[in-house]
Order: sequence, then C-alpha cells, then structure tokens
Amino acid sequence: MKVGLFIPCYVEQFYPNAAIASLQLLEKAGVTVEYPLEQTCCGQPMANSGYQQYGEGAAQLFRKNFEAYDYVVCPSGSCTLHAKEHILSDQEGGPKIYELCEFLTDVLQVKTLDASFPFRVGLHASCHGLRGLHLAKPSELMIPEFNKPLGLLEMVKDIDLVQLTRKDECCGFGGTFAVFEEAVSVDMGRDRIKDHEQQGVQVITGADMSCLMHLEGLLRREKKTIKVMHIAEILNGHTPEN
Amino acid sequence: MKLPQTHADAAAEFLKDTDRSHWHDDTLWHVRSKRDASAQKIPEWEQLRTLASQIKDHVLSNLDTLLLQFEKNAQANGIEVLWAKDAQEHNEHVLRILEENQVKQLVKSKSILTEECGLNHFLEDKGYDVVDTDLGERIIQFNKQVPSHIVMPAIHLKKKEIGDIFHKHLGTEAGSDDPQYLTEAARQHLRQKFIQAHAAITGVNFGIAETGGFVVCTNEGNADMGTHLADIHIACMGIEKLIPRAADLGVFLRLLARSATGQSITNYNSHFHRPRKDKKMYLILVDNGRTKQLGREDFRNSLKCIRCGACMNTCPIYRRSSGFSYNSTVPGPIGSILSPGMDLKKHSTLPFASTLCGSCSDVCPVKINIHEQLYKWRQVITKEGPSQPSKKWAMRFGGNVMSKPKLFDLMGKMARKSLSISPRGFVYNSFNAWGKHRELPEVPKESFKDWYKKNRNK
Repeated sequence: MKVGLFIPCYVEQFYPNAAIASLQLLEKAGVTVEYPLEQTCCGQPMANSGYQQYGEGAAQLFRKNFEAYDYVVCPSGSCTLHAKEHILSDQEGGPKIYELCEFLTDVLQVKTLDASFPFRVGLHASCHGLRGLHLAKPSELMIPEFNKPLGLLEMVKDIDLVQLTRKDECCGFGGTFAVFEEAVSVDMGRDRIKDHEQQGVQVITGADMSCLMHLEGLLRREKKTIKVMHIAEILNGHTPEN
Repeated sequence: MKLPQTHADAAAEFLKDTDRSHWHDDTLWHVRSKRDASAQKIPEWEQLRTLASQIKDHVLSNLDTLLLQFEKNAQANGIEVLWAKDAQEHNEHVLRILEENQVKQLVKSKSILTEECGLNHFLEDKGYDVVDTDLGERIIQFNKQVPSHIVMPAIHLKKKEIGDIFHKHLGTEAGSDDPQYLTEAARQHLRQKFIQAHAAITGVNFGIAETGGFVVCTNEGNADMGTHLADIHIACMGIEKLIPRAADLGVFLRLLARSATGQSITNYNSHFHRPRKDKKMYLILVDNGRTKQLGREDFRNSLKCIRCGACMNTCPIYRRSSGFSYNSTVPGPIGSILSPGMDLKKHSTLPFASTLCGSCSDVCPVKINIHEQLYKWRQVITKEGPSQPSKKWAMRFGGNVMSKPKLFDLMGKMARKSLSISPRGFVYNSFNAWGKHRELPEVPKESFKDWYKKNRNK
C-alpha cells in the first residue's frame, strides 16, 4: 500500500505540528508514508471564490504529485472533499483520497491508540468532513448514529469529551467567506466558542485546522484560555502548548 | 438611510444589534430543533425525501405534458385557466378578472408567488385595497414591509413591536403584547374583511395534474375563510408546483409541515377542484423565469422547492443576518440559488453568503443540492456578474503561486518572515478583514516541509 500525504497549504506553513502528528500517526499504524515535496494546495480557495479556473494549475500539480500512490491521505476534511470532487473525480484507477480520520477508521481499522490526554475536550464537527465526506451522522439526516473522529478520540486515555448544545453548527470560517462576510463569520465563531465555554472545554479539536485557525484567532484576540489542537495531535499523544 | 448593497454589508448592519440578532438566531434554531424532533419520529424519513425528490424529477422532466394535462382537467372541472409568462402578465390577468367581475374588496392568503410578482403594489396603484389575511403577512402589511421569511413572514418582529403595530392600526391597548389578546384583535379585524370581500386570492402549494385540482396549505384556515365567503377565487401558481397524481400528495404533505415548523401536518390542507354553484374560480399558471431555470442543467432542480423554509431555519448565515439582508423575495439558501437566475447583477452577492456548510442540502425535504448550486453560481457570477478586479487579480495571483512549488515555498517563507518581524499596526491594518476581530496564526519556527526535509527525507 503506497500512501502519499497531502498537507494543506496553510497547515504546511503555519501548523507544522498538525502535519507532523498526522505523519507520525500513520507511521505508528505501520504505513509507509511519503510526503511529495512538490505539493502546494488543492486550489479550493480559488474555486470556492468562483475562480475554479485559477485553481486548475494547483489541481494539475496535485494529480502529478499523487498519481503513483494508491492512497492520498490528508488531515483536512475540506481539502479532501475538494480534491475528491474536483481533482480526482474524473480519474479512473487513480489514487483514492481519504481524510485522516476516515483512513484510520475505514482503511487501517485502527482499534487502539497509545495516547493519553487528560483534558476536557470539545469536538468541532467541520462541515465539509461531516456532510461532504460523512465522517459522522449530520444532525439533519435521520440515519443511524456514527462518528469516526469521536470514535478515535474515545480511544485516547483520560480524555474528557463534552456534549455540545449545537453539535454540528458551522463555525463560520468558510474560506474567503471569513474575509468577505467578516461580520457573520466572526459572530458564528463566537457562538461556537460560547457553546464550548459553557461545557467547560479546555481544548477544542477537530479534523480541519482551518476552522480551528478561525476559532483560535478569536480566542487569542479575546484572551481566552481555551486552546485549539488538530485531532491528529491528540491522537498522537501531544499535549497543549502554553 | 442608504440601503446596504451587498449581503455582507446588510448582514453587518443587522449584527450591530446583538440582542436582536441573537434572539433571531435562537428563535429560528428552535424551529430547526422542532423539525429534527418531528422528522426523527418518521422511520422512513430519508426514504420519503428520496421519493419526493424523484417525483419532482419526474415533474421537471415532463413539465410540458403534465401542465397541459393539468390545464385540461382543471378546465373540465370548470376552472378558468390562464397562463402568464411573467410577473406583469400575471398581475394584468388578476386586474382584468377584478375589473370584469366588478370586484371592489379582496382578501389574499399567503402566496410567495404574488410577492415575487409585486401584486399588492400593482393593485394598490390601481386603487384596490388588498388585505393579506395570514396573521404574519397582515402584520408586515401594516408595517409596510415585505416578508423576511417565506413561512414565518414576520419572524423578524418581536412581540412588543407587534403590540405597537396593532395599537397603531387596530387600536389595541398601548403597550400590550399579550399574544392571545393581539391575535383576538386580528381575528375580529380580519372577520370584517372576510365578510366584505368579493374576491379571494390564494397561492397554490400543489397542483395535481391527474385531477386538475389544487391544494392550499395554511395553518390559520385563512385561505378557506376567504374563498368560502367570496364569489371569486383566483389561485396563483408557479408552474413548478405540479405533482402528477393525487396519490403523490401524501409524500409531500408529510414532509412539508415537519420540515417547515415541526408540526406533523399543516392545520388546513384544502383541496379545490371546481367553483361552487354560481361562483367563479380562476387559476393563473405563472412562468416568470421558471422555464429559463429549467433550461439551466446545473440549477434546474432548484425548481423542486416546496417552500418549506427549512433551509432558512437551519442556515447559520440566514439566522444571523435575517431575511431582509438577501433583498430578494425568497431569502436564505434556496433564494440564493433561485434569485441569481432572475437577476444576476442584483443578486450577485447571494451565492457568496454561505460557508457551503451543506446543512441546507441535508435538511431539504426534496433533496435539492443547494450548497453545490451555490458553488456553481459562484463560478457563473465571476464570469458573467459585476466585475471585481481586485478579487479576480488576487485569485489569479494565488492560483499562479499554488501551481509553482518553488514560488509557493518562497512566498510562504516571505509571509512567515514578514509576519514575524512586522510591527503589529502594519499587519493589523484596515485592509486586513481577518484581523479586525481575529489574530493571525502564530508563526512557527519552521514549515512542515522544512521539518520533513530534516527529519525524514535525508
């Protein structure tokens, strides 16, 4: 099984710990992983802004980087969904792309993790992973309950997972939405944080660093003590930084 | 006050009153929660959604023949059927019917189609007093507003404000906001209007091709009060509101009320088949852009909409920006995929008023892929809509950087470097919308690629 790791552009630049944790998690599970060095971005920022054509260069590069792999694994539901729908969709026999949590759950079928996280944790359900990739049952659908990221977190020792009031409401990041609809975006983020605060959460986690970057931006500006961590960091046994 | 032009500006304006915006969000979230609880009780909910979507697929694929079948059967029942290619033709039909029958007083139950056609203003300009009889619609009619929600038109108003409006227009006690007292006042007021009316206008929720009959759903029974008392019934129907058979109706009635308000069924689902003896019934079938939308492959199934409003109640942006911020007859997610088809320039910011979270598509009882259509409208708008040179330049520049790994690495390094050495005031300037209320991420000591080269790729 040849696995290529795709790290979203902003994670590569600003959140290397999330990427390192993703890589190490896969390695610990016995997978041989490579990180093709020529990678940049999936092109989603351009495409979601209505300029899919300007993301085509990035898409071509993506196809070239990962054509020799059986699987592409990416620690972001949003980028995975974009690549699945717009980059790899018309490729027959090409690589299959998986978001990290679904790869661990569905392909590697991980049953145990060697990690402990003695903190009170709120899981943010990022929308593209949730409703696009079906990482969990969205609250709108009347289908049996399942939750892949939560299933993995429950394997972590000493973790204290909370129930949120609105368990899968969007945080308001939405890519360039965060900038072009700044007021609504910020209001949505604050409401999400409030929900976590009311449950006494110490760390907000999720399978998409972009949502966490938005929430972290608000938390740090408002000088709140809640931290954000990518789910891979918790699953890989990291502790919150101070 | 100058009206805000973009959805973002209008939303920012709405959010300034945090008490109201939080109240608005909570109120609509409560409706969404009621919908969940109600849908949860139906084991075959997802099957119903699929079935409804498939029936509507069939309707849209056979709209031409089904419409003719519907017309033929309706005419055979004694209904006079009229066709309107656009809003103006629709309004002129209504006016002609009123004139021919020498109607002076008329009542109207809720119809988003007549809002879309601007019927009230058109008739008021001709000297008619159009009385909206849905309680919410009557409130906003007093307040000279348009509906901010398609199911709950006055949802933007608080009890106290409604008390003030009724005090002014119906002479209720000043300061009273007791719902029962106010509703009773509205009831007495509307009774007079019902009794005086010569004609009643209704919308149509479902037209049934097989029978030539149609169904109007209201919670207040106001459509029935109007049509039973008046000599003339004018029903205004968008051509997409068709279903093939009476047997299909159950699928939609079970979905409609549960999706809209969480009720198991709408209080009054009234079936109209033919005029009563010596009375008249007219049915106006309106296109007004629908066949154009039908011709757009990517957007045609927006016409499946049964106007339940669930996508509005679930939309985190709608709940925090209110219906008026969309400046279109149908607001919210479904409005944002319907309205650009009517006027691309006017509604060009609506498909961007979304994080593409997809909640609208999952809540939709007829499974319209709303968020995917929002994405597709964005692609159309950047090509055919108003030009945005700076955004376009930024996206082209970004795309270029992302297609060249060496340039990307260099730009990344420069960005991290400049962020770490620049004075705060330089980074958090007035052009930095991100930084208005949010910190930028802290700059790490190295990128992942640098780490990987050192630790794995020796």
